[in-house]
Amino acid sequence: MSDLLSYILTAEFGYSMLRVTTPILFAAMGSIVAESSGASNIALEGNMLFAALFGAIGSGLTGSVFWGLIIAIAGGLIISALLIYFGLYLKTDIILSGIALNTLASGGSIFLMYVILHDKGSTSSIKTLVCPNINLPGIENIPVLGDILSGHNILTYFAFLSVIFVWFLLYKTKLGMHIRCVGENAEAAASVGIKIKSVKLVSLLISGVLASLGGAFLSMGYMNGFSRGMVSGRGFIGLAAAAMGQLSPVPTLIASLIFGCADAMSNIMAAMRIPDEFVKLIPYVTTVVGLIVISSWRTWRVKKKRIAALVSAN
Amino acid sequence: MDEILRLENITKIYPNGVTANKDANLSVRKGEIHALVGENGAGKSTLMKIIFGMEQPTEGNIIYNGKQTQIKSPLDAIACGIGMVHQHFMLVESMTVAENIVLGAEPGKGPIPNNRAMIEQTKEIIEKYNFVINPKEKISDLPIGTRQKVEILKALYKGAQVLILDEPTAVLTPQETTELFRELRGLRDMGHTIIFISHKLNEIKEICDRITIMRNGTTVGVHDVGSVSQQEISNLMVGKDIDWNIEKNPPKRGEVILDVKNVSVLDEAQRSILKEVSFSLHAGTILGIVGVEGNGQSELVEAITGLHKADAGSIKFHGNDIADSSIKQIREMGLAHIPQDRMLRGAVVNGSIEDNMIATFIDKEEFSSGPVLKTKKIRSWSEKLIKDFMVKTDGPEVPVKMLSGGNIQKVIVAREFSSNADCIIADQPTRGIDVGAAKFIHRKLIEMRDNGVAIMLISADLSEIMDVSDSLLVMYGGRFVAYFPDASKVSEEELGQYMLGVKQQTSEEVKGCIA
Repeated sequence: MSDLLSYILTAEFGYSMLRVTTPILFAAMGSIVAESSGASNIALEGNMLFAALFGAIGSGLTGSVFWGLIIAIAGGLIISALLIYFGLYLKTDIILSGIALNTLASGGSIFLMYVILHDKGSTSSIKTLVCPNINLPGIENIPVLGDILSGHNILTYFAFLSVIFVWFLLYKTKLGMHIRCVGENAEAAASVGIKIKSVKLVSLLISGVLASLGGAFLSMGYMNGFSRGMVSGRGFIGLAAAAMGQLSPVPTLIASLIFGCADAMSNIMAAMRIPDEFVKLIPYVTTVVGLIVISSWRTWRVKKKRIAALVSAN
Repeated sequence: MDEILRLENITKIYPNGVTANKDANLSVRKGEIHALVGENGAGKSTLMKIIFGMEQPTEGNIIYNGKQTQIKSPLDAIACGIGMVHQHFMLVESMTVAENIVLGAEPGKGPIPNNRAMIEQTKEIIEKYNFVINPKEKISDLPIGTRQKVEILKALYKGAQVLILDEPTAVLTPQETTELFRELRGLRDMGHTIIFISHKLNEIKEICDRITIMRNGTTVGVHDVGSVSQQEISNLMVGKDIDWNIEKNPPKRGEVILDVKNVSVLDEAQRSILKEVSFSLHAGTILGIVGVEGNGQSELVEAITGLHKADAGSIKFHGNDIADSSIKQIREMGLAHIPQDRMLRGAVVNGSIEDNMIATFIDKEEFSSGPVLKTKKIRSWSEKLIKDFMVKTDGPEVPVKMLSGGNIQKVIVAREFSSNADCIIADQPTRGIDVGAAKFIHRKLIEMRDNGVAIMLISADLSEIMDVSDSLLVMYGGRFVAYFPDASKVSEEELGQYMLGVKQQTSEEVKGCIA
């Protein structure tokens, strides 16, 4: 136990926490954009899985990180396009479509890998390129802080910048106004000529791009290469983070960091010969506990306020 | 005067085969206030949706400014200069007045709106039309009357020349209505044309120039408002003479059925919505509760019926405290409830009429043995109710959503009145339904009261509440501010002043409503 603590208090742990937060944060930001328009993107997990696979193979085949990323996003958007087609055009239940697409992505990614590489386990037969790490000039020389913040994969910095991007998009642009309007009162949007379907379509696409970047990070940063089921619930954890943050970018960032921290801890424990089955539980237990804590805290706060308000009212 | 809008032989048949409009004609002149009246289900809403591009006519022409026009979407309508103020406001509550007004046509080039221009332009338009609103306020902080003004400004900002107002006064106090009428006259004098949909014939007489009457999906005539009486208008609407008078014997006041003491309720934001309210409801009487919407009436109803428990105070029904009783238990003790929102709480809209008619007493031995329903009994029961309450339908198996608003309300009233309750909470029982159905429900209420039932009637419709109630309580700001033991001795103007909080009785006078 003391080993664990002493490890957590190192700069290395901080670094690793930011690293594992990256895919969760991308997924969470993707969830915010989609959910704000009233179209839930449950298929984030599938987006990430396809993006991870396409990125791994794409960067290997083209020999270019840039094209690898583009192909990863295109791969992730296949899932988004299907979700849009089912949910917005065929008007199926978007949650059910999302679940179906996740199942499809889980089997489909293995199938595609087998068709292209004749391997059902991983893309190790192809040499995946990894996005570059960036040292932050100035910051890298600060003790501790530099070790935590500098030298990350470029996609990790993108993930944190995406928080600003999502905030700016939702609160400072016309499109963002329309997205929030459609999500809060679709009839009102329609009555002023805002096209509900187009707005939802655009937000699902933006959501898909963000999630795809998270997927690309997994196979082109976190690991170099794709292995089956490698997203392992990070898309869902992102959804939970967005829900905990009540679709606000900054609180969602904080929630994502908490989940990232749990994920990083599970990595350490795995190295400390704590049973694997237990270690793998940690991020998910944290999600459940996080949701319980947040909601009971909210209930408690409401109750307290009610009593205070009653006393002052009478 | 020039004609600005003409509808020729509009027919609308929905894909499910329902004919909403058949050969409807409408001619509106520039610069007039034109009333459109008709019972629920007469096709007014569909006709207006066609003008505003929300529905496409199956047949017929729209001529706007002398030219045949196709209006394929609200966007087309707005581009033509047609604006609509919907009955349910189309506002985004988390956004500001200015944001709502410019929504869909935000100033500023490129993807980023110009906030300063947004505020400036909003201010300009507010001043131009002599409204008093702060553009930076959030919609959720505004009272209903002001929200409606934002809706009107929204249409004007987009250049509306023709404004369609769908039952604009349904949610307003007499004073707010007067103000709205002043503003509407101002708009007319500035050359705008207004189509005014309403059930309230006295208001139409007051403000409109001409009137088009609809019945069964078609228009049955257009008149100068000055040349027809209210009686004539209503006869044309219904197609037969209706009896306007409600006969009422003096109430036979019995024992206290419902005793409410110091009940307080907070809303989600912890603001005090109901402040230590007390009153008693006696058997054989109708107690009217009147107030502008949002002054605590709904919360009072929810606390009594068990939908949302009170935060403090006691509610005794037949002498038993019902604070911890479930809704079902309260109903079994003899309380019936006609909810305010018939589509949300009153009826299972996708269910059939008979499903709805037995929904609250499905457990009774009469209708089920164990888990199995006695379908024959249910059928004959609902057929009887359909007859007794004159529900217009092809049969008890018809889904409720196929009925007009008035008929849905009759289904709910039939269920609640037939439950053998000795106390009925009637929350806006006739809102948005036609005169004929409303009068029918009023008579039924009085019939129940004569049979010794205690009735609490909540309404924003002053003529209803004054006609039907025996005694009256006025709510303002979560409190009772006035009590009138005899409802027939109050004037509408006086009630309005109490409803707006201009006047207030002493607490001794208000306490007259207790026991």
